[in-house]
Amino acid sequence: MIEFDHVSKYFQGEAAVKDLSLTIREGEFTVLIGTSGSGKSTTLKMINRLVEHDEGRIRFAGEEIRNFDAKALRRRMGYAIQSIGLFPHWNVAQNIATVPQLLKWPKPRIEARIDELLELLGLEAAQFRERYPHQLSGGQQQRVGVARALAADPEVLLMDEPFGALDPVTRAALQQEIVRIHNLFGRTIVLVTHDIEEALRLADRIVLMDGGRIIQQGTPLELLANPVNDFARDFFGRSELGLRLLSLRQVVNSLRADERIAGEPIKADLSLREALSLFVDRQCQQLPVVDEKGEPCGVLHFSDLVRGEHASGS
Amino acid sequence: MFKIHNRVLLLLVLLLAAAGGVLPFINHAANRLVSGEPMVLSQLPDHALLLLILPTVVLAGLTLAPTRRLPLFLTLFIAEAMFIAALVVMGETATWFAHEGSSVARTSPGSGLWLGLALCLLICADAINRLTPKALWRLLLNLQIWIAPVALLLSGFFSDLSLLKEYANRQDVFDDALSRHLLLLLGTLAPALLIGVPLGVFCYQRPSWQSSVFSVLNVIQTVPSVALFGLLIAPLAGLAKLLPWLGAIGVSGIGVTPALIALVLYALLPLVRGVVAGLQQVPRNIIESAEGMGMSRRQIFWRAEVPLAMPVLLRSLRVVCIQTIGMAVIAALIGAGGFGAIVFQGLLSSALDLVLLGVIPVIALAVMLDALFKLLISLLEAKQP
Repeated sequence: MIEFDHVSKYFQGEAAVKDLSLTIREGEFTVLIGTSGSGKSTTLKMINRLVEHDEGRIRFAGEEIRNFDAKALRRRMGYAIQSIGLFPHWNVAQNIATVPQLLKWPKPRIEARIDELLELLGLEAAQFRERYPHQLSGGQQQRVGVARALAADPEVLLMDEPFGALDPVTRAALQQEIVRIHNLFGRTIVLVTHDIEEALRLADRIVLMDGGRIIQQGTPLELLANPVNDFARDFFGRSELGLRLLSLRQVVNSLRADERIAGEPIKADLSLREALSLFVDRQCQQLPVVDEKGEPCGVLHFSDLVRGEHASGS
Repeated sequence: MFKIHNRVLLLLVLLLAAAGGVLPFINHAANRLVSGEPMVLSQLPDHALLLLILPTVVLAGLTLAPTRRLPLFLTLFIAEAMFIAALVVMGETATWFAHEGSSVARTSPGSGLWLGLALCLLICADAINRLTPKALWRLLLNLQIWIAPVALLLSGFFSDLSLLKEYANRQDVFDDALSRHLLLLLGTLAPALLIGVPLGVFCYQRPSWQSSVFSVLNVIQTVPSVALFGLLIAPLAGLAKLLPWLGAIGVSGIGVTPALIALVLYALLPLVRGVVAGLQQVPRNIIESAEGMGMSRRQIFWRAEVPLAMPVLLRSLRVVCIQTIGMAVIAALIGAGGFGAIVFQGLLSSALDLVLLGVIPVIALAVMLDALFKLLISLLEAKQP
């Protein structure tokens, strides 16, 4: 879908992105992560040509992005940023209708699309259509921001730290929302963040950047399990690496299915990190596990937590 | 025991009492050239005295009331009633003097009355501001105060006042001055907007030019208006001599042309500054997300930057309007006419009433335009945080 081929970008002679090669596959949720100044935002903005690259090639849908008209290219991509950037003088409906209007959709289609998107983002259309951005909470504003980015059914959704300014509860809710939307439509999403938990929660593939280069890319599990160097290891939190690995795995992968014990059971789809917390909390070595129907399906042993993927199963 | 709830009102009422007690209420002169006999409040007939003292006492009592809806409405009502009562007493007294004396005798409001009227309006304005934050309601409440006074004025109730006698003597001059003054205002605003807005947009888009443009405009602004009017006389007269067709369309060293040029030059600094400030305060992130959604430069300008800059632009336009109305008075010195001509005629013949006849409409114009702009801005801002 999007290919970077030895791309570099210089700001005042300094390389912000240096010799970057990256392939983002269709339908993939890619998270660009790194410290500030790592070039992750620049990389994102080069995709919709808000920043023009200096060297190399970027291809979108197989074609060099320079061959597109910048405005037409951007209208095929949704764009959501941290500060949201809703137009304060337009109400919610007008804000969402921005790109469809630029694309000259017929009015009934735009109206229907607004209602559909508000519902998708969990905002009641009748209640929110006419409101102005300053009448919404931060979370609601960002929902409208996401709805606006999705308005014209873009082929790619670009998000620049979209949830950075939200409180943890709202952020988690919106992260779930975006995962749900991704699963629902299978759209290509590129998201920039510096929040490791967010990256682990959302990404199909994580691209770790530093100093304008890619340090490592792969699935969340690959990055946690096999960090290529000290920077990657440090970035994912040397001391918490194990806990983060546990949070990516579920109880169902590590339980012993042929055993049964008494006691208050835990659910099979719990993460191992939460299970660990329960072991410590209850001061026990084994926990009975039930499936989603509530039927007993095995026992989780404390010692199995440390064994990792290869030792799991019955 | 007693607690003063409304300190602003207390201060205004104390000033009101002082103005009524110490300063002359009405001046009466045998003709318009001699200085008049001041007449204090206590010399008025009893019913007039009561009409003015009673509301003051009630207002003093209202300072003890909590600033809630009902007491505020009462304050507004009583101050307004007092404003009208004072005007009625003024009209009555003038009529009484007119029957007593000769037709060249002049009755004019004294400093105590002027101050009292102003204080009544201040009390009203304060009460209105506390009553509602909505600009439209404030405007309407302020407007209704003027219904009775304007009706009295139109019915000829004040016609024995010297001010209105002057008006009656010079109605043509007054009407000419009004249309000329409005012409000067519009004639300044149109070219100022035509030059100032594009110049402001240019400065916004090319920040490197900003400081040089602003320093030129600043220099213009620092030249005293009388000097600028004077400075334009020679070059314009020369120009009109050199190019006779310019003279034929009315360009000359004195008159409307140099006045308009100077007024436009003065209007440019606040206008350009307003345009630049308005555009600059449009948040970066809004422009970035507009770009990211594929809006063209022109679309971003017209759909986002212009509407978001509009309140600031209107604010500077308000300043420009009021400044122009005031400065147009001075333009009378180079023969541009307007209310300034009446003012200077009054000053030269030391006829204070004539001066007031020129000044009061200028103030009224400025206040009305100011209120109109305030309303416009608040309507615009109601949509934006």
